[in-house]
Amino acid sequence: MIHPIPPGTRDILPDEMRELRRLHRDLIEVFEGRGYGEVATPAIEYDEVLSRGDGRTAGSAFRFFDERGDLLALRSDMTVPLARLVASRFATAEPPLRLCYLANAFRAVRPQRGQMREFAQAGVELIGAPAPQGTAEVVEVLEAALDAAGLDRAVIGLGDADLYRQLLAELGVEGSDRDPILERLAMHDLVGLEVELSQAGIGEDQVATCAALSQLRGGREVLDQARELGGAAVERATARLGETLEALERRGAADRVQIDLGLLRDLGYYSGAILEVYDPALGHVLGGGGRYDGLLRRFGLDLPAAGFALYLERVHLAQMEESRRGEDK
Amino acid sequence: MSLEVAGPGRAKSDGPLKLAVPRGALLEGTLDLLDAAGIETAPVRGESRALIFPGEEMSLVTMRPSDVPTYVEAGAADVGITGKDVLLEQSDRMVYELLDLGYGRCRMVLAGRKGDESLGESQRRLGMMRIATKYPRVAERHFEATGRQVEAIEVKGSIELAPLIGLADGIVDLVATGRTLEENDLEVREEIVECTARFVANRVAHKLRAAEVDRLTAKLREAAAR
Repeated sequence: MIHPIPPGTRDILPDEMRELRRLHRDLIEVFEGRGYGEVATPAIEYDEVLSRGDGRTAGSAFRFFDERGDLLALRSDMTVPLARLVASRFATAEPPLRLCYLANAFRAVRPQRGQMREFAQAGVELIGAPAPQGTAEVVEVLEAALDAAGLDRAVIGLGDADLYRQLLAELGVEGSDRDPILERLAMHDLVGLEVELSQAGIGEDQVATCAALSQLRGGREVLDQARELGGAAVERATARLGETLEALERRGAADRVQIDLGLLRDLGYYSGAILEVYDPALGHVLGGGGRYDGLLRRFGLDLPAAGFALYLERVHLAQMEESRRGEDK
Repeated sequence: MSLEVAGPGRAKSDGPLKLAVPRGALLEGTLDLLDAAGIETAPVRGESRALIFPGEEMSLVTMRPSDVPTYVEAGAADVGITGKDVLLEQSDRMVYELLDLGYGRCRMVLAGRKGDESLGESQRRLGMMRIATKYPRVAERHFEATGRQVEAIEVKGSIELAPLIGLADGIVDLVATGRTLEENDLEVREEIVECTARFVANRVAHKLRAAEVDRLTAKLREAAAR
């Protein structure tokens, strides 16, 4: 008899579990080896605590009442629960704090898209280490994790979350006019972007500048190309990115980093550097992260922070594709 | 840093760039544009019933326009061309929309039978219109945005049939010349949006094969502007 499970959830059987377990072990070994202690938090928390992290986008898709009538929620990532944990348990600890995790999180899915409601993430959080050194350390750990997973062709995109907010402010676009533009940028809908920018009353030249900026990706030369497009916001963002890149170069960790001025992650708590991970073997993003210097403050602890999370199922899929590719050669 | 990856393999981003080409109404315009951009299209124009046309710099893969976002989102095709109507209907597909190519211009409209008031009457007396369409999500968004309720009935074939034999009060469909509407005694009541062919890219291909994607984008932009 077949007993169904909800769409977007799945059973893992022994062959896959064996490979996943190996991946888990390899990743945690990398994190622990760099001083990141593993922690676990409850899958369910008070909704009020989770939505403190970011009410708009990172909020939970699954909320319910407990026997006392309190509103609970399933976590949608690990960054917000860890901010809560650090503020509650390590408020007086000497920073920086290094923590890592391997945990399941829960999100809403769009129907019939093969998306997962429950998915596994592995990642680190570095709390109390500001940019650029803190960012560079996180990227270095991410590279080591990708190496340990055997994804030596993987590339890390490095962008700046504040660039367009500041650029639009400079052009006089703020408040409710700004959101549809940022949304087009996040979706990389360049045709729609030009329409929205024109509607916001921005001149033709500046529309072209915004569109061109969002297409700049590559090595260090991209920073110069961006500066030529001009503006104080671009100047500040490229300076931040340049500092991070230099910190990475000093650590010998800049080789697989691609500067990407079109990068815009949709989670509302990011500020400054943002990261995305790609592998040529897979059409989907493997993971991401960045800085969220304002997040801890929402929990009453004013510390800068950065981190990343890898989607384990996708990393496993990329591993499989890469090993097939190796056999084909 | 652009990652140039050569050689065959099952891995998705390897080998020549894969371009998804829409069959059907957009095919002719797409092939003309590719010709103008200096991309070999003769094998696609031939009698062959093949679906994949390998080339040195680029492989062309032909498919239904409505499948293009699916293949491109998954990275099975690196880049593709399809209609804005398809992108609007499948707006939850994560693909990068890089260019408006300008051809395949048509309008998405609400149409009803000539001289027939059933659209207005249903709205007045039942509080909702029944609309037959291949684009239920576009139709629902349009009616929601204009403060009306709609029952969108999805049909696959000749939409014009639906209001003629009483399945729906009207239709939401793409109109190029308006001849099909005319022949079926239907008329345009509202314009929803204008649609043209668009150039789209997979997220990861856009990052990892940046140089190739940018080169193709520039070629297509130039060819489309001619």
